[in-house]
Amino acid sequence: MIPSFWRKIKYRYDLIGTHCKKCGRYYYPPRNLCPRCRRKGEIEEVKLPEKGKVLSYTVVYERCPVVIALIELENGTKILSQLSCKPEEVKDGMEVVRVFRKYGETSDDGIIYYGTKFVPCY
Amino acid sequence: MIGICSYGTYVPIYRIKIDEIARVWGEDCDAIKNGLGIYEKSVPDEDEDATTIAVEAAREAVSRVKIDPKEIGAIFVGSESHPYAVKPTSTIVGEALGVGNNYFTADLEFACKAGTAAMQICYAMVKAEMIKFGLAIGTDTAQAKPGDALEYSAAAGGAAFLIGKDPIAEIEATYSYTSDTPDFWRRELQPYPSHGGRFTGEPAYFRHIVNAAKGLMEKFGYSSKDFKYAVFHQPNAKFPLKVAKMLGFGGEQTSQSLLVSVIGNTYSASSLIGLCAVLDVAEPDERILLVSFGSGAGSDAFSIRVTDRIIDFPREPKVWDKVSKKIYIDYALYLKHRGKIRI
Ligand SMILES: [Zn+2]
Repeated sequence: MIPSFWRKIKYRYDLIGTHCKKCGRYYYPPRNLCPRCRRKGEIEEVKLPEKGKVLSYTVVYERCPVVIALIELENGTKILSQLSCKPEEVKDGMEVVRVFRKYGETSDDGIIYYGTKFVPCY
Repeated sequence: MIGICSYGTYVPIYRIKIDEIARVWGEDCDAIKNGLGIYEKSVPDEDEDATTIAVEAAREAVSRVKIDPKEIGAIFVGSESHPYAVKPTSTIVGEALGVGNNYFTADLEFACKAGTAAMQICYAMVKAEMIKFGLAIGTDTAQAKPGDALEYSAAAGGAAFLIGKDPIAEIEATYSYTSDTPDFWRRELQPYPSHGGRFTGEPAYFRHIVNAAKGLMEKFGYSSKDFKYAVFHQPNAKFPLKVAKMLGFGGEQTSQSLLVSVIGNTYSASSLIGLCAVLDVAEPDERILLVSFGSGAGSDAFSIRVTDRIIDFPREPKVWDKVSKKIYIDYALYLKHRGKIRI
């Protein structure tokens, strides 16, 4: 668990995705290979825009309600992320911005996992 | 010329009113509000802690200047609520900002003054030409035992300063006054801090701030009239006003920085968020006195002079506008947000 999280820190702590120079598509989470251009593709790492809007969402009711949203960033990249807000606040088309939050912790004496989530633009 | 090249703040969106806390404990809310001068305090969300707050404040500071994060050569994070007892907050901040792997860093702890200590270290390292830019951060999600008097004020927030050359506000002088005064402490493995009640006043807060401010003014030849603004640590709204009066400062010099009434005591960030609110409106050549206080105990005093560079510096959104956006929660949600409900 620790090594697999550690390897992805760079991409979780900020919106570091990949861009195919050949077809112009953006990917988050990052991909090593452009699924459209295959071997002809040219992949580079890029920082994605911080703002976007909610295309669709769902609320997962576990112990506490968790809002999961499909978000379209300002450059058109679509990403799936947790929205850190109360379920009654979320609306389709709502403007959101990326934030740095806790994902969770394994236990009271375990590692704290941090990463990117989104919040409404208040 | 060395000083503040950029600054950023972060205060969580949630608030709890003093009336709501007093309702739960059956106390007289008007007496508490009059006694402390605090009406509501900020509360972090369940997924926020001193680290996430530090990252948000630092991101605002870095985004306001056109620098490559890799030019930041040092990060010092001051807090009394570092999420780990062992494992630095500052490395998480460095990674989130993308500063690379070559930077000097450590976490600092000195109750509510660790953030100003971080500023002094960054200032000295820039002056020694060890680094180009240093990032000094004060951040806290202050804990208080339910029912304790501290519960009415212990709040959450952060402020970050990019220290370097060609600043928007020059650090002209800094001076510290420190002693071994046990007014507030938390022992290992204890979830909540303890305090000396009234002992936190005269021998602690007032003695250290007055001596640091007077020492700075005497050593460098300033009087209270040389400062357009004065910013003090804000454990409540009464202490900073009283210490201002003791030092010869009036309400017109302190009001812009007094955010405690609406956000509570943000500990390591308290005087620093106040300084940011002043920098939001200050004009070139205006001088600011900043004096922090950390229990245990010590005060760091600074004379800060605003430069012409502030004119073109992006200062929106301003601190007072940011803290006016808020969502109220009740005491039950407050307990949940603070992780006090164990399932
Ligand atoms: Zn492609």
